Amino acid sequence: MQRRTFLTALTAALIAAPVSATVAAETLTVYTSRNEQLIQPVFDAFTKATGITVRFTTDKDGALIERLKAEGENTPADVLITVDAGNLWLAKRSGVLQPLTSDVVLQKIPAHLRDADNHWFGVSLRARTVMRHVERVRADEIARYEDLADPKWKGRLCLRTSKNVYNQSLVATMIADLGEAKTEAIVKGWVANLATLPFPNDTAVLEAIAQGICDVGITNTYYLGRLVAKDPQFPVVPVWPNQQDRGVHVNVSGVGVTKHAKHPELAKRFIEWLVTSDAQKIFAEQNHEYPVVEGTPVSPVVARWGTFQASQTPLSKAGELQRAAVQLMDRAGWR
Amino acid sequence: MTGTPTGVPRFTFWHVVVAGLVALAAAPLVAIVASFRAIDSDVWHHLTTYLLPTQLLETAQLLLVVLLLAFGLGVGLAWLTTAYRFPGVALFRWALLLPLAMPAYVLGFVYLAWFDVTGSVTLLLRRWDIPLPQVRTLWGAAWVLALALYPYVYLAARVAFVTTSARALEVGQALGLTRRQAFWRVAVPLARPAIVAGCALVAFEVLADFGVVALFGVETLSVGIYKAWYALFSLPTAMQIAALLAFLAILALLFEQWARKRARFTTTGRSQPLAPTRLASLPAWSATLVCTVVLAVALLLPVAQLGVWAWTLGRDALTSRYWHFFANSLLLGGSGAFVTVLLAVLLAYAQRLDGRPLMHTAVRIATVGYALPGAVLAVGVVAVTSAVDHAWVALGRGFGAQWAPLLGGTVVAMLIAYAIRFLVVAFGPVQSALGRVTTRMDEAAHSLGETQYGVLRRIHLPLLRPALFAAAALVFIDILKELPITLMTRPFGWETLATRIFELTNDGRWEEAALPALAVTLAGTVPAWFLAKEVTHPTSAHTRETPC
Repeated sequence: MQRRTFLTALTAALIAAPVSATVAAETLTVYTSRNEQLIQPVFDAFTKATGITVRFTTDKDGALIERLKAEGENTPADVLITVDAGNLWLAKRSGVLQPLTSDVVLQKIPAHLRDADNHWFGVSLRARTVMRHVERVRADEIARYEDLADPKWKGRLCLRTSKNVYNQSLVATMIADLGEAKTEAIVKGWVANLATLPFPNDTAVLEAIAQGICDVGITNTYYLGRLVAKDPQFPVVPVWPNQQDRGVHVNVSGVGVTKHAKHPELAKRFIEWLVTSDAQKIFAEQNHEYPVVEGTPVSPVVARWGTFQASQTPLSKAGELQRAAVQLMDRAGWR
Repeated sequence: MTGTPTGVPRFTFWHVVVAGLVALAAAPLVAIVASFRAIDSDVWHHLTTYLLPTQLLETAQLLLVVLLLAFGLGVGLAWLTTAYRFPGVALFRWALLLPLAMPAYVLGFVYLAWFDVTGSVTLLLRRWDIPLPQVRTLWGAAWVLALALYPYVYLAARVAFVTTSARALEVGQALGLTRRQAFWRVAVPLARPAIVAGCALVAFEVLADFGVVALFGVETLSVGIYKAWYALFSLPTAMQIAALLAFLAILALLFEQWARKRARFTTTGRSQPLAPTRLASLPAWSATLVCTVVLAVALLLPVAQLGVWAWTLGRDALTSRYWHFFANSLLLGGSGAFVTVLLAVLLAYAQRLDGRPLMHTAVRIATVGYALPGAVLAVGVVAVTSAVDHAWVALGRGFGAQWAPLLGGTVVAMLIAYAIRFLVVAFGPVQSALGRVTTRMDEAAHSLGETQYGVLRRIHLPLLRPALFAAAALVFIDILKELPITLMTRPFGWETLATRIFELTNDGRWEEAALPALAVTLAGTVPAWFLAKEVTHPTSAHTRETPC
C-alpha cells in the first residue's frame, strides 16, 4: 500500500512538471533574489497595469547567475532582478545580461545608478549609513564614516560581518574614492573600536545599539525603517555622513534583461514600467527604500530622517573593487 | 541470476548498477573536478594567507566537539532507553528522535534570540547583573549542531543495541562484567559499524553546514567556499575547496572501513532481545530528568518559542497557500525518499555481492554528495541537467524541430539532485541491515530451492523492512529541510515550506519565518515518530529474525 502511494505521488510529480513548463505567450519570466514578499506586490501591480502575467523564481544572487550561465540559450528567464550593485556588476561580467535601449529609462534613472553600457539599472535605492543611539550620541559627533575609526569610539561600535555584500560594496566604493591604503587604515580603526563580535545581520546591529551594547553602527536604512514602523520609540536614528565631501554610500536593487530572453519586448515594458511613479511608490512605501526616480515620495518613517547628499561614485565600482574590498577586510581582521 | 551468492562473478547486472549510480553521483562532481582547469592564484594566495589556516583549525575543532557531543548524547541516550527501565522510557524511546525534524539553522536562530548579547534571556539576566558569556562562538555553534544532529547517532545506536543479541551481553556478564562494563566492552564494539555510520552523517552535515556557522560567526571551510564564490567571485576556487573537502571525507571513511576490516559483525544465530533492567528510584528519576532536559532544550522550548513568534507575527501569513507549501514539501519528500532508497538498496546489494576494494571506493564516491555544501552540489547538478538540455535541443534542431528543454526546471531534475545528495543517508541503514542478513540464510534458502528473486522477496525484504522505512524517513526529513537544491532546481511556482523559510530569513525576517519553520518541524515529526516506532521497537526487529 505504502509503495503504491509513493508511486502515485511520484507519477503525479512527473506529470506536473512538463505541464508547468508550458506557459502563455504573454508571460514574463523573472529570476529574482529580491524575496517574494517584496517583489510580489510589484508584479501584481505590473499585471494589473499591463495585463502581462509574471512567473518568477527566487534564489540567492550567485546561484541565479550561475543558473543563467549554465542554462545559456535554453533559459526561460527574460529578466534578472538582484540586490546589490556588486551582484549586478557580476551578472554583466558573467555575460548573462544584454543591453536595453530605452530613452525613458535612461532619462529617469541617474547615470551613477545604472550600468554605463545599459546592461543593468538600479530601481530602488538604500543608504548604508551611520546609525547612532538617539540619546547617548549627539548628531554633531559624527561627520564622516572615517570618524568611526577614531579611538574615541573604542568599544562603542557595532558592525555586521564582513561576509555581507553590503559591507563589501561600502568598502569597495571607499577604495574607489579614497584609495586602498587610506581605506585599510579606516577599516582597521573600525575593527579596533568594535564593542562585540560582528553580527550576522543589520537588525541585530540596530538592536545592539538600542540595548546599549554599543552606541554607533553602520546599517542599511530600511532595516531601521522596519523597526521604527513597528515601534515608533525605537531609540536609533541615522546620521548622514560625508555631506561636505563624497556623500552617503548608497546601493541599489536592480534589474536587467537576460542575454537569451525569449520575450525582450515584455522585459522592456516591465523595466520601463518599473520607473513609473506607481512602481517607484511601491518600493518606497513597502520596504522603506528610496526611489531612484526624483519626485517620488518616501514613506512617512523615512521622511522624518530628512534628505541627504548621496555619493555620486558609479556603483559599478562596487563590483570592480569587491574582491579588493574583501581582501582588505580580511587583512584588517574584520570577521 | 540464480548462481551461488558466495562466488563473485566477474561482471554482473550489479556492476552495471553501481557503474550507473557512480556515474550519476559523479556527474556534478565532474563539474567540480573540471574547476581545476583554472587555478585562480590570486584568490588562493589570499585564502591560504588569511583564511584557510583559521578555517581548517575551526572546522577540525567544530567537527571534534560536535562529534563528541553527538556521540555522548546519541549513544548514551540510546543505551539508557534500551538497557534500562525508568519512568517515561517508552515515550523517550521515540521522542528523543524528534529533534531530527528541527532544521539546525532554525534552532541556531532561536538560541541566538535567547542568548545573544541582545537576546531575551541575556537581557533578563542583565537586570539582576548576571552576565552571560558570549554565545556567538564555536562552542555555541557546536552546541546547536549537536542538538540538531545527535538523533542520527541515537537512531543508529538504538537500532544496533536493540538488535544486539542479549546473549553476547549475557556472556559478558557471566564473565564478570557489570552492565556498565558490558556497555563499553560488548555493546558499543558490536554496534560500532552503526555508530560510525551515524557519526559519519553528523560529520558530513557539519562539514556541509553553512547556516549555523554563518549565524554564529564560525570560520569553517564551508564559509571559505562561500566566500570564494560570493565575495571573491571565484566559483572555480569554491569548487576546488569543496573537492578537497569531499576527498578528505572519502579518505576518512575508507580508513574507518579498513580499520574495521579485521573485526567481523554477524549475529550469532537465534537471538533474544535485551531485557531492560529496572532502575532504582533515584537513578530512575535522574534518567527521566536527563531525557526530559535533552528533549526540552533540543525541541520543546525552541518549538514553544517558534509558536509564540508564529502566533504574534505570522498569524496573518497563515493562508490557504500553506496547504500548497505543505503538499509540495510532502510530495517532494515522499518521492525523493522513494527514489533515493531504491538507489540505496541497489547499491547495497551490489556491494554485498562483490566486496572488493574497488567496489567500496565506488560506493564511497557515489555517496559523497552529502559532504559537499548543498549550494555547490546544486550548481554541479544544474550544470549537468543544462548540458543534457543543450544536447537535447541540439538533437531536436538536427531533426529540424524545436524541442523544449528536457530536464531543467522539472521535478525529475530535483529528484536526481536529492538522490545524489542524500544517497548516503539511505545507504547507511540499508547497508547495516543487509549486513545482519547472513550469507548462511541465503545458502539455506537456496538449498531449499528458492530462487534469487524468492530469497529477495521472502527473506531479505521482510528482514530489511524496518531499515527501508528508516532510510525513507531519514531522507524524507532531510528533503523537508533541504534548501539550496530545492531553490535552484524547483519548477516555477513549486514553493515548499523550506523555500518559505528562505524567503523570510534571506530578507532578515527571522521571527516571521517561525510559521514555516514550525510547519517543517511538525511535518518532520510525523515520519520521525513513525521511524522510532517502526524501527526501534524491541519486538518488531526481533520477531522478524525468527525465519532462520
